[in-house]
Amino acid sequence: MVRFLSAVGRAFLSLFQYLGEVVLLAADTFRSIFTRRLRWKLFLHQIVEIGLLSQLVVVITGGFTGAVFAAQTYFQFNKLGIGSGVGAVVSVSLCRELGPVLTALMVTGRVGAAMSAEIGTMKVTEQIDALRALAVYPVDYLVVPRALAMMLSMPLLVAECIAFGIAASYFIAVHLLEINGTYYMANMIRWTGIRDITMGLTKGLCFAVLIVFISCHKGLTAREGAVGVGKATTEAVVNASLAVLICNFFLTMFLNIIFPAGYQ
Amino acid sequence: MPNSSEQLVPDSAAPTVSMISVRGLTKSLGSQEVLRGIDLDVRRGETLAIIGRSGGGKSVLLKNIIGLMNPDAGEIWVDGRNIIGLNERQLAAIRQKVGILFQGAALFDSMTVAENVAFPLREAGERDASVLREKVREMLEVVELEGQEDKMPVSLSGGMKKRVGLARSIVRRPSCVLYDEPTSGLDPVVSDSINRLITRLQERLGMTSIVVTHDMKSAFQVGNHIAYLHEGRIYFHGTPSELQQASDPILQDFLLGRSESQPHL
Repeated sequence: MVRFLSAVGRAFLSLFQYLGEVVLLAADTFRSIFTRRLRWKLFLHQIVEIGLLSQLVVVITGGFTGAVFAAQTYFQFNKLGIGSGVGAVVSVSLCRELGPVLTALMVTGRVGAAMSAEIGTMKVTEQIDALRALAVYPVDYLVVPRALAMMLSMPLLVAECIAFGIAASYFIAVHLLEINGTYYMANMIRWTGIRDITMGLTKGLCFAVLIVFISCHKGLTAREGAVGVGKATTEAVVNASLAVLICNFFLTMFLNIIFPAGYQ
Repeated sequence: MPNSSEQLVPDSAAPTVSMISVRGLTKSLGSQEVLRGIDLDVRRGETLAIIGRSGGGKSVLLKNIIGLMNPDAGEIWVDGRNIIGLNERQLAAIRQKVGILFQGAALFDSMTVAENVAFPLREAGERDASVLREKVREMLEVVELEGQEDKMPVSLSGGMKKRVGLARSIVRRPSCVLYDEPTSGLDPVVSDSINRLITRLQERLGMTSIVVTHDMKSAFQVGNHIAYLHEGRIYFHGTPSELQQASDPILQDFLLGRSESQPHL
């Protein structure tokens, strides 16, 4: 029993230590953002890596999610004679939940893994020590440009995901499932408000913070050569994905107070 | 312990006259106590070669001196300032005075040779492309790598990487350079050229140097003084001729490369 309790205690301690390290990295990064000069070239490079090169993944994710969600909703709603309500359900769901969460998961897989692997490789090949030895603080050089680029890109990617999701759902609903386009649009506009879009973009920003700091932290603490980098990358993707899903619940509950769902 | 090490045990006033002074430095990695109380002084303008067996803590000592690792106890004075307890940003000022050549050169693999060498200057705020180009050319000439500006690190040999690493570490003309195994893995001819380079930098630029090596030829060639690190302590600290004349069996075993008297081997 004592052994069990001590194992549980150790697990909790190590979890709190890990969370503490991530929070300290975030605090250090935000301090740098406001007090140090920004390396514009690195920032713009990260904008391309995170924002521009994620477009295709996000467009496909949003488009097919919107399409399949429209079809599934129609199959249920049509039996009740409220097929034209599909647009409202799809758009509100995409804005408030599916858009931000799916974008975050895709960006975690594409960008978070790359961040962790790149920084981890620099760590195990002493390039980060070289930065430090050359009087360059690694957080300023490696984390700040990534964090800013991620926080700027994610809300835009979420918006793009939502837009393509809605467009795909309209196409499927109106042209394939033969729902009346006017009613479809009218219901969608009636039930979807700025509050829903704001909630989605706010979630995107929050998920950006989670992904970038979890991934960079894993890279900065990688050890033991190639195996260590592989492990750090896997853990970064798993931890960031779990963090997105868990935090999404709490964000939904909290943001629903500020941006209440439903027709106002 | 040989007499020469007792003569060179630093006194309490040493930090002010030395470029680098280490007092009672201890460091453990996991359960292994790697450094067990290091006392060391490096005078301005001299080259100290630190020799010792592989895994004996030489690189750990070097990383402690530049603040890349934190010691468990002891003091490290660099240019008259105790660096223990300084945070990363405070250490940056110290690190501008001390360059380091890493064992694997640690070049930034996404940058060309020229970008690697120019990196410390760019970070110091130099933006003029012609100034950067000229300084890079000058440094590559010093390390005998003219015309290699556009190559990527992956296409360089081990010796060339070390030369580029050295050019990068001295481009801002630090007062002191730390060399971590500068000749390991290199053929004798390239090793000799690296050794000559270290000596030339000391003579031309008056740099203080610490060379960590287990290559005895290199230690004798570059060192004004040699320190032998044994079981986590400085076992010997003297001139190369004092080391050659030492009759201590442990030193003799190391100098002659004998393993018979090492019970654990």
